[in-house]
Amino acid sequence: MKYLSEYRDPELIQAYLSEIARITTRPWTLMEICGGQTHSLIKNGIPELLPEKIRMIHGPGCPVCVTPVSLIDQAIFLAESKGVVLCSFGDMIRVPGSLNSLLEAKSGGADVRILYSPLEAVSLAQKYPEKEFVFFAVGFETTAPANALSVIRAQQLGLKNFSILTSHVLVPPAMEAILSDPLHSVDAFLAAGHVCAIMGISEYLPLVEKYHIPMVVTGFEPVDLLQGILMAVRQLEKGEAKLENPYARVVLKEGNQRAIQAIKQVFEVSDREWRGIGEIPNSGYELKADFADFDARKKFDIPPTVVKENSECMAGEILKGLKNPVQCPHFGTRCTPESPLGAPMVSAEGACAAYFHFHQHA
Amino acid sequence: MNKPSIHLNCPMPKFDFDIITPGHGSGGLLTHRLLESGVFSILKNEFLDQQHDGAILPVSGKVAFSTDSFVVSPIFFPGGNIGELAVNGTVNDLSMCGAIPRYLSLSFILEEGLRMEDLWEILAGIRLAADKAGVQIVTGDTKVVEKGKGDQIFINTSGIGEIHPHADIHLNRIQPGDKIILSGEIATHGIAILSVREGLEFETDILSDTTSLHLPVKHLLDELGENVRFLRDPTRGGLATTLNEIAQKSGLGIDIRQPAIPLDSRVEAACEMLGLDPMYVANEGKFIAIVPTPFAEKALAILQKHDECRKAAIIGEVSGDHPGQVIMKSISGGRRVVSMLPGEQLPRIC
Repeated sequence: MKYLSEYRDPELIQAYLSEIARITTRPWTLMEICGGQTHSLIKNGIPELLPEKIRMIHGPGCPVCVTPVSLIDQAIFLAESKGVVLCSFGDMIRVPGSLNSLLEAKSGGADVRILYSPLEAVSLAQKYPEKEFVFFAVGFETTAPANALSVIRAQQLGLKNFSILTSHVLVPPAMEAILSDPLHSVDAFLAAGHVCAIMGISEYLPLVEKYHIPMVVTGFEPVDLLQGILMAVRQLEKGEAKLENPYARVVLKEGNQRAIQAIKQVFEVSDREWRGIGEIPNSGYELKADFADFDARKKFDIPPTVVKENSECMAGEILKGLKNPVQCPHFGTRCTPESPLGAPMVSAEGACAAYFHFHQHA
Repeated sequence: MNKPSIHLNCPMPKFDFDIITPGHGSGGLLTHRLLESGVFSILKNEFLDQQHDGAILPVSGKVAFSTDSFVVSPIFFPGGNIGELAVNGTVNDLSMCGAIPRYLSLSFILEEGLRMEDLWEILAGIRLAADKAGVQIVTGDTKVVEKGKGDQIFINTSGIGEIHPHADIHLNRIQPGDKIILSGEIATHGIAILSVREGLEFETDILSDTTSLHLPVKHLLDELGENVRFLRDPTRGGLATTLNEIAQKSGLGIDIRQPAIPLDSRVEAACEMLGLDPMYVANEGKFIAIVPTPFAEKALAILQKHDECRKAAIIGEVSGDHPGQVIMKSISGGRRVVSMLPGEQLPRIC
C-alpha cells in the first residue's frame, strides 16, 4: 500500500537495526509517548530486535487509559438515561467504570453506539431529533479538532439535541509531570507524531531545554519508529539534547493551523485529572462558556458518583513508565482483556493490552 | 446503497401487502399465500413440493450435519445479501467436514414491516446460491415477530452433506510439519459489511467474498483424498481466531508468515483507516487446508484452478513447538503471538 509499505520495508528495517546496534555504546532508556507507537513496537516485535542496551518504556499516551473513572461513570449514567444515545469511540466502551463498563450498560439496554467521528453523531442528531445525542469526547490533541468541529457544526445547524462529554488531555503537561518525578528513568522521548501533526512542535522546545532531554517526533510504522530510536540514540551518544522532526511527511513545524483554530474557538485549557496519575495543572480542555449549551455536564443533571478504582491495578506506574506490564503480579492472570482490572489492559493503545496480545510467552 | 442485481426470470408475484404483517405468521390464509406464491414458487424442487411436515431424503454412506443462524446487519451489502450468506454458510460448514452438500432446511424469523420486495430479493439470492452450491432446500419454516423484536429478517439453515469417499478430516490427523494453505484474500466480507453500516459508511468498491466452497474442496479431496488432513473456514473472528482454535484443540503450535497472507490492498487500506486488524475481520468465502508438506504444492495448484481460490497461498506450517499458540513472523522480521480476540474487535481512538 502506497505511503505505508515503504515504511514497512524489511531491508530498510534491517539497515536501521544494524545502524542502531553500531552506534550504541551505553545503556539508554527511551520512552515512546503514544499508545499507538507502543502497539506498533510490540506488534512488530521491535524491542527484541534492538540491542540489549536499549530499553523501551511506554508512555501515558493512551487516551482510554487516562480517562478518569468518574467520567466513565458519567457516560454510563447518560447512556442509561431515557432518550439519550451515548456515542463513543470504539475502545472506550469496554473500560471498567466504578460498577460496570459502557459495553455492559449497552447489554443492559442502554443505547450506546460506536462511531468513528463526532461529526457522525451530529448527523444522527439531525436525523433523529426526538433523541438526545451525547458524544463522549475523549482523547489527546488528536481528537480535539474533530470534537471542536462537531460543536461548531451543531451550533451552525441550531441543534438542541447534541452535546459532548469532554475528557480532553494534553501531552506536554503529562511529559513535564513524568520528568519532574524524581524516580523517572527516561533518557529520551519519542514524541507522538499525530499529536504534533495537529499542534506543531514548538511547545516541546521548553521541555527539551529545561530538562536537557532529546526528543524526536516519531511516526508509527516500523521504519518511522526505528528512525526515531536511531536519532534519539545518536543524540544521547553525543551528549546532545535537541528537538528533531524526522516525521516531516506528516508533521509541520507550525502544526495544522486550521485545526488549532477550531480548538481555540471551542475549548479552553483547564486542569485535568488523569486516571492512575492524578490531577495535572493545565493539562486538559473544557468547552468555553460560549458553547455551554453543548456541554453535556451542564445540560444534564449528572449526580456525583462515589468513584471506585481497583486498588490492585498499577496503571499509574505503567503510564508513567515506572513499571513494565509484565511486572504486574496480575498481568495475564487476574487481569486480562476480557476481565480487566484497569484501563491499560483494555484499550487498543494500552501498554498492558499490547503485551498481552502480542508478547505473551513469545 | 446499491443492491446487488440478483434477478430470477419470474417477476415478484402480487401480494396483498407490501410489507410483512403479523398475519403472515398466523398460519392462516396470509401465511399460505406467502408460501405458495412466494417461497415455494422460488425454491421449487421435488422434495419441497411434497409439502410434508418434513423431507424424506435419499442419502448414501456417512453424512455430515450442520446448522447456522444469520443475523447480519445490514441485510443487503456489497456483494450479496443475508439469503446468499445463509446458504453459503451452511454449505461451507458441510464442505469443511469433507462432505458434498446435498440438502438444506431454511427457517425465517421475519420482523413485522419487512418489505415484501426485500424478502423476494433475499429469496432470489437463496435460490441462486443453492443452485450454485448444488443443494436443494427441502424443508423450512416462517415465523413473524412484532416490530422491534427482530432486525428485519433472521435466517437459520441446517444442512446435510454426504461425506466424500476419500475424506478423512479430523483435528487429530494434523502433524507437526504440515503446511497451512489459505484459499485467498482475507477480511473482505467484514470490511464490505462495515462500509455500509449506519454511522460508518465509507466509499469503497470492496465486495463481500460470500460464496460456496464445495467445488474447490471436492477437487482437493478427489485428487489428494486423505492427505487433506484438516479443513476449516475462518468466518467470524477471522483467520486469527480459527488458527488459534486449531492450535488449542490440536495441542500443536502454528507458525505463519505475515507477508504470505493474501490481503487486497483496498481492504488493507480500509483496515488501516478503521483501526482494525484484518486477521480478526470476518470472511465468508475462504478456507484453510492443512496438508502434509509433500502435497502442499499440488494442493495449491488445485485450488488456484478455481476462481474463488485464485489467490491461494501457503501461509505457514504446523509446529511441535509452542503448543496451543499461533506465532506470526512480521514483515519487520520480529515474531509475535497472534492471540484470540477477547469479545468484539473495537476500533481505536486515534
